[in-house]
Amino acid sequence: MAEIRIENAVKTFGKVVAVDNVSLTVHEHEFVVLLGPSGCGKTTLLRAIAGLGMVDSGRIMIGSRDVTYLPPKDRNISMVFQSYAIFPHMRVFDNIAFGLKMKRMPKDEIKRRVQSAAELLHIENFLDRYPSQMSGGQRQRVAVARAIAVHAEVLLMDEPLSNLDALLRLEMRAELKRLLAELKATTVYVTHDQIEALSMGDRIAVMREGRILQFDSPTKVYDMPADRFVAGFIGTPPMNFLEGQVRRHDGAVSVYIGDYALKPIPELAETLARYDGQPIVAGIRAENMEALGQPAEDALKVTVLVVEPLGSQNLLTIRIGEDIIKVSTHPDFRAAPDQDIWIRFPSDKIRWIDRDSGKTLLPDLDKLMS
Amino acid sequence: MTTRALDPVQRRALRRQQLRRAGVYALAILIALWILLPIWLIGTMAFSTRDDVYGFPKQMAPIPFTTDTMQFFIDQPGIIDGTRNSIVVAVITLAMSTLIAAPAGYAISRYFFVGRDAYRLGILAVRAFPIVILAVPLAVTFIEWGMFDKVYSVALMHTALTLPTTVLVVSSVFASIPREFEEAAKVFGCNAYQAFMRVVLPLVLPGIAASAIFTFVMSWNEVFAATLLTIRNRTLPALILYQLNKSSLQFQYAGGFFMLVPSLIFIFFIRRYLFNMWGQITK
Repeated sequence: MAEIRIENAVKTFGKVVAVDNVSLTVHEHEFVVLLGPSGCGKTTLLRAIAGLGMVDSGRIMIGSRDVTYLPPKDRNISMVFQSYAIFPHMRVFDNIAFGLKMKRMPKDEIKRRVQSAAELLHIENFLDRYPSQMSGGQRQRVAVARAIAVHAEVLLMDEPLSNLDALLRLEMRAELKRLLAELKATTVYVTHDQIEALSMGDRIAVMREGRILQFDSPTKVYDMPADRFVAGFIGTPPMNFLEGQVRRHDGAVSVYIGDYALKPIPELAETLARYDGQPIVAGIRAENMEALGQPAEDALKVTVLVVEPLGSQNLLTIRIGEDIIKVSTHPDFRAAPDQDIWIRFPSDKIRWIDRDSGKTLLPDLDKLMS
Repeated sequence: MTTRALDPVQRRALRRQQLRRAGVYALAILIALWILLPIWLIGTMAFSTRDDVYGFPKQMAPIPFTTDTMQFFIDQPGIIDGTRNSIVVAVITLAMSTLIAAPAGYAISRYFFVGRDAYRLGILAVRAFPIVILAVPLAVTFIEWGMFDKVYSVALMHTALTLPTTVLVVSSVFASIPREFEEAAKVFGCNAYQAFMRVVLPLVLPGIAASAIFTFVMSWNEVFAATLLTIRNRTLPALILYQLNKSSLQFQYAGGFFMLVPSLIFIFFIRRYLFNMWGQITK
């Protein structure tokens, strides 16, 4: 088993910089998701790891080996393709056995491995079929079985679930997660589906325009997005943004949304104080605000625009100044369009974002330590 | 039983739909007859007695049936040699054309290279050039090089003539194989050559075979270059064309049928081959 280390990888297609000086380390047994909108370079990066597209510069290490210029077959990797790419002229058995046959493994060992891979994916009864006789979901399972049968150190997956319908995708997601946890292969998984990323990954690398914006655990990426793009890309609905003004009063810092004052947590007060008199963006998730039917202290009065009952929650759309935000409430919370309600913002759930750079303000760690 | 009552609007829509369908069928039948009727007539005449061939009106079925007319044609001087020449030329053409077209088609479908589009156009330009204009210089050159009136020189010419079509057909066959198949093969232990042999080749084989057979038929039917480049070593179409206006009706019908049959069989064979192999999955 091995870790993957990418150092300063650059890949350009003509004038387009697909991967822009990316460095990334995937630990042994770790499941890392490359997440980003289409065209962000995530697939290019995956293909560079696979050896299907050489990087222009930089280094790719698998374990202690420099594989930057090795062909795919010498990298000890395995891959699941978005289109599955299972061979239509071979039976399922031969598809799964393909990698093993190329390694000239003994026949009975091949048979044993194909059998066990097929059983893991519940396709052991289809081994004699041709791919054209199988459904999309079953073909997907063949692709995964073929990938795990070779017992490679590194497993690469390029949007493996994106061609499945919604229900099947949900089912396969959990199954894949269980399977990969069992296999303990170092896995790099590319997706544009943030829910898939959050639900499956040990860590998520959020990419945009060829760069990695944030590389953290799913909870961290969700809760402490590094910048406005990540905050707006991850979560359903994405994080809300409110524009406010920073003001200092007698040493205390507040951010004013109109007349309403938000209090930052003490750890961030000092950082925010530097923005005195300037605008700042407050980011807060829909589920982190508290909606009240009656006026209360610290609560901002707002008017409901839209109510969307989603079963497990009611999603309210409200306007605050120029900003439209979404608030998720308990399904029992009664609200109707044009009705006034009151919203409370817990200080510890607000992320402060620099309006110009888009970066999230972080507590000054050195100060906190001392 | 219940009969559904249709209101006038529905009935009109239904009638219009039926009318349209009837129109389509009528047109299809007409086009089919346009092609099939002459073929049927040639076939009928080729197996009719001498008197029936010259009789009028023509009969629509070979009654009484006889192989005398075909026998008469085959017994004519030069027919056996011409057939052999035609087959040799077509086989050489098929082999050379496919061997050259396969790598070219693969390159066009898989790689981006400088001048790819120009190359594609250049290939077609060969066909755009009317061969009639080339006739005299071509014959002169072949005579000067001592290649005149040789079977292999007709094959060379046919290769040049069929290459554009073959390259384009083959490249579209390769283009229908997703790149991911090769990539998957490479990930699972193949080098480029093995990936081609184990995954791409089996998948394109039906298409290549079809294109090769098509090339054969094109060469088999080609008459102009063959007439131009040979005198004694005529291919079959060149021979028949040469004798056409001084030969009997029997010869013409039997010759037509004899030329027609291989093409029909091969095209029919390609059709089945293409549709049967792996269904739609290679698309």
